[in-house]
Amino acid sequence: MFGIELQNVGKSFGNNEVLRDINLSIPKGSFTAIVGKSGCGKSTLLRVIAGLENVTSGSLAYTDGKAKRSDIRIMFQDDRLLPWESILKNVAIGGVGIKEAEAALEKVGLDGKKDAWPDELSGGQKQRVALARALASKPDVLLFDEPLGALDALTRMEMQHLIEGLWQEQKFTSVLVTHDVSEAVHLADRVIVLDEGGIQMDKQIDLPRQRERDEKFTSYEKNILDKIVGG
Amino acid sequence: MKKNQWYNNQIFPWLLPIVIVILWQVLGQLNLIKSTMLPTPFEVVEAGIRLFQTGELQENVYISTKRAVIGFAIGGAIGFLLGLFNGTILFFEKLTDTSIQMIRTIPHLALIPLVILWFGIGESAKIFLVAVGVMFPIYINTFSGIKNVDRKLIEMGKVYGMSKWQLFTNIILPGAMPNILVGIRYALGVTWISLIVAETIGAEGGIGYMATTAREFMQMDVVVLTIVLYAILGKLSDFIAKLCEQRLLKWNPAYRKN
Ligand SMILES: Nc1ncnc2c1ncn2[C@@H]1O[C@H](COP(=O)(O)OP(=O)(O)O)[C@@H](O)[C@H]1O
Ligand SMILES: [Mg+2]
Repeated sequence: MFGIELQNVGKSFGNNEVLRDINLSIPKGSFTAIVGKSGCGKSTLLRVIAGLENVTSGSLAYTDGKAKRSDIRIMFQDDRLLPWESILKNVAIGGVGIKEAEAALEKVGLDGKKDAWPDELSGGQKQRVALARALASKPDVLLFDEPLGALDALTRMEMQHLIEGLWQEQKFTSVLVTHDVSEAVHLADRVIVLDEGGIQMDKQIDLPRQRERDEKFTSYEKNILDKIVGG
Repeated sequence: MKKNQWYNNQIFPWLLPIVIVILWQVLGQLNLIKSTMLPTPFEVVEAGIRLFQTGELQENVYISTKRAVIGFAIGGAIGFLLGLFNGTILFFEKLTDTSIQMIRTIPHLALIPLVILWFGIGESAKIFLVAVGVMFPIYINTFSGIKNVDRKLIEMGKVYGMSKWQLFTNIILPGAMPNILVGIRYALGVTWISLIVAETIGAEGGIGYMATTAREFMQMDVVVLTIVLYAILGKLSDFIAKLCEQRLLKWNPAYRKN
């Protein structure tokens, strides 16, 4: 496992300054959520962390010396399964063996579907396969870019449970981008509000897990929502 | 959708062609169509049997098929490789795509006089014409297929640690395959058309040669037979291409059986 250290990170596309002066230290094994309005740079921040975008200024480091980019996996909003491969082959990519792929599918409860084609699965099932694919290589860091945004409320809750359970079991460093504040409070140790390219709020969530929507939960929720809307 | 209609089955579409052939036979026998204009289906079949017995039929079909296969293979390989390089490497695209698009607008059969001057009327001229005709549809479809592969899937492959070669074999090639197959089917049609034209300009052997000699001796049955042979070969190659499609695209629900 390793953590992530961002120092004075800025990122521009041409004249469009998307991220400015981000200082963020993400300890290994932690669960961080990033929330904010659409277009505020959440995905860009995630892609910077994944090494898919170079920073314009500042620096990005993976703490714990021997960390490699290959130990990072992203789960995207769309499932990005290969339509021409079976479910099992979709999980067994990039050096992941069949045995590991089967084990990962079992973890998400889809070992029965391993010979199906992706288009034979529902949206929720496809995202579970995408989660299995992300987990199969036992990554140190798992980045989520609104992976549940397209799912219905019920499937979404199921997936949240699944992700939380797997994280507690495997303790990969997690960064979850979401527009759903309730989802952030539900899953994360810490919620970061991003606005106009900067960190507006950095809030620790001290609630025992499994979290219920009690008074404390909703007060965290309201607090964060006010910050997003009010600035 | 009215799926259970009486006409929705395997046999019904064959009804019309069968009726036409029977009508043609009857009109021919009643001498309403002169056999010097158009021989009856029976006469055509008889001509086929006659030429089969002498061995001419098999030999000429073999010669034509060989030309088609060699020409298709050469043109297809060139078109595919060009499409591949131009689709994946921007430098090659900028270097060659505009030129290829310009040459493409020339109907390749317009090259015949030039080709005769270059190669004479031998085998190479015919194979060259087929290859040129095949090259462009394969190129265009391979190129656009590769260009249209979902960038998000490629990004996923990179994040998930695929090597360049794995990206190519697992994402780019299968992603481009539907387009490539469209190109192949179209190119097969071009193959036979090029050959039909090429073989009528002084061929030694082949179906076109059969047709030309039969015309000189006024053997109408053989002339019609050669037309039928071209049709059968064209249909057969399309059928094979369709089988490939079903195998290679079985992940796509549109090609999946039941
Ligand atoms: N590859 C890119 N090229 C140019 N502009 C980009 C690119 N990626 C993102 N942007 C811009 O960066 C801003 C933030 O985008 P993004 O990080 O996707 O926001 P979010 O995920 O918070 O909705 C947007 O204005 C978007 O237009
Ligand atoms: Mg986004």
